[in-house]
Amino acid sequence: MARRGAAVPYYLSLPALALFFALLIVPLGMTFLLSFYRFGFYTGIEPAFDLANYIDVLTDGYFHEIFGRTFAIALVTTAIAALIGTPEAYILYRMKARWRSLVLLAILGPLLISVVVRTLGWAILLGNRGVINDVLMRLGLIEAPIKMMYTSGGIVIALVHVFVPFMVIAVWAALHRQDPATERAAASLGASQLTIFFRIVLPQAMPGVLSGSLIVFSLAASAFATPAILGGRRVKVVSTTVYDEFLNTLNWPLGAAIAMLLLVAVMAIIVSYNRFVERRYAQVFG
Amino acid sequence: MSRNGPLALIFNALFILFMTGPLLVVIAVSFTPEGFLEFPPSGISLRWFRAILDNPDFIAAFWMSLYLGVASATLSSVIAVPAALAIGRYRFAGRDGLVGLFMSPLTVPTIVLGIAFLRFLSQFGMNGTFIGLVLCHAIIITPYVLRLVLASVTGLDRATERAAVSLGASAFTTFRRVTLPMIAPGVAGGWVLAFITSFDELTVTVFIVNPSTTTLPVRLFAHITQTTDPLVASISTVIILFTVALMFVIERLYGLDRLLIGGEGRS
Repeated sequence: MARRGAAVPYYLSLPALALFFALLIVPLGMTFLLSFYRFGFYTGIEPAFDLANYIDVLTDGYFHEIFGRTFAIALVTTAIAALIGTPEAYILYRMKARWRSLVLLAILGPLLISVVVRTLGWAILLGNRGVINDVLMRLGLIEAPIKMMYTSGGIVIALVHVFVPFMVIAVWAALHRQDPATERAAASLGASQLTIFFRIVLPQAMPGVLSGSLIVFSLAASAFATPAILGGRRVKVVSTTVYDEFLNTLNWPLGAAIAMLLLVAVMAIIVSYNRFVERRYAQVFG
Repeated sequence: MSRNGPLALIFNALFILFMTGPLLVVIAVSFTPEGFLEFPPSGISLRWFRAILDNPDFIAAFWMSLYLGVASATLSSVIAVPAALAIGRYRFAGRDGLVGLFMSPLTVPTIVLGIAFLRFLSQFGMNGTFIGLVLCHAIIITPYVLRLVLASVTGLDRATERAAVSLGASAFTTFRRVTLPMIAPGVAGGWVLAFITSFDELTVTVFIVNPSTTTLPVRLFAHITQTTDPLVASISTVIILFTVALMFVIERLYGLDRLLIGGEGRS
């Protein structure tokens, strides 16, 4: 029984493991190998097994700009999401249950609606003759339309909209782990609302803000639909560049190398960020 | 716990406006009688909803997304339930590695998954096939199913199962008659979340479809990047209404907040 029992978890996870091996590990390995191939207009894709694609990407200012823009967009998106998502999570936390479920529906519901549809909404809002410019011009606040489509700023606004629910969820979960008595204790000692928020609530919500930031950053750095629709060919990011290499230029090896660099960069950021957070909290609590 | 002050309520109202505004604008624009996107619409007309019926490729894409969502969510549930039982109940060598592997589709950038699937499927001449789409979607959505099923497996009272076994039930009977009914809400919640994720998926799918297996998000994306006529708004409105209807089903079955907070992932 004991010997038979020891093998049970392996049998149970075998179907999933087989699928993940064949359709995740193998394809990722093949893509990694592909990044060492070479592409020629007349020769097609052929094996080279050198670092030419990586050298191309790492030494070309064009690609530096694309990677720089991508991570700048992800960083600003994360900062804004933290700035507006944290207070919203606190407001939700203090709301009466009946209202809260309605507000949660409005905030989390959009997560289930296709990103293409949500981005279309922003395309209608941000265009030169879009809703926002139209309203501002009618109010006489601006003379000429502000350019928001095909700009990094427009992409950031839409990405905040797409990913801020993850921030709210993460902070809200952290707030539920805190002890409500600490807030009451501060209030009974005469602390103002603002003091309570900054000195009591925020430090306890910080783990949520940090984990939410990581989620938002890594999703924003690899987002595709939103920058593709709002940025087009004019404001390229890493994912739209990979798309173009694969489906338009057909230089698969170069596209694979760019994608591998994105993967490595995102993974490196996740790992070092986790280290940083752990060390910081070890200092506080250890 | 003190109430929210007026400033907090104003912030909350603005936040809700920010979250729902873009969707409401899409819905409003779709009723325009004109041939271009305008807001506010100059009148109310169903012209662009009728136009959907004149575009059989969009209707075919809708059915494709529906079949794909059902097939991949089902395949994913079939493999995730036993895996969740193994991970939730046993301590074995390689357990953490398995969890990491099954959750990794959430961490690996979606664009990387897209080209990896394209590379793999084209190697075996399976690119653009329905079966290829189902297998790849199953990989992407398994983390969502696994997380929700795992949550219900770990909260399970095992005394009932031991009672069934002590009364002579076989392992399979115990699973089918005792365990499965107890974890059913988690499996159902995971299935629906997986279905919606598959139904909405663009970044991976755009690489691995061909004209005959194009899904609704891919078709819509292609249309938006070419032109923006009110047709994209009316189709988006239909998608929004379809998703809202699903949300009400989830709310009844499982609780939307529980589903999303227990299964936070990418959209």
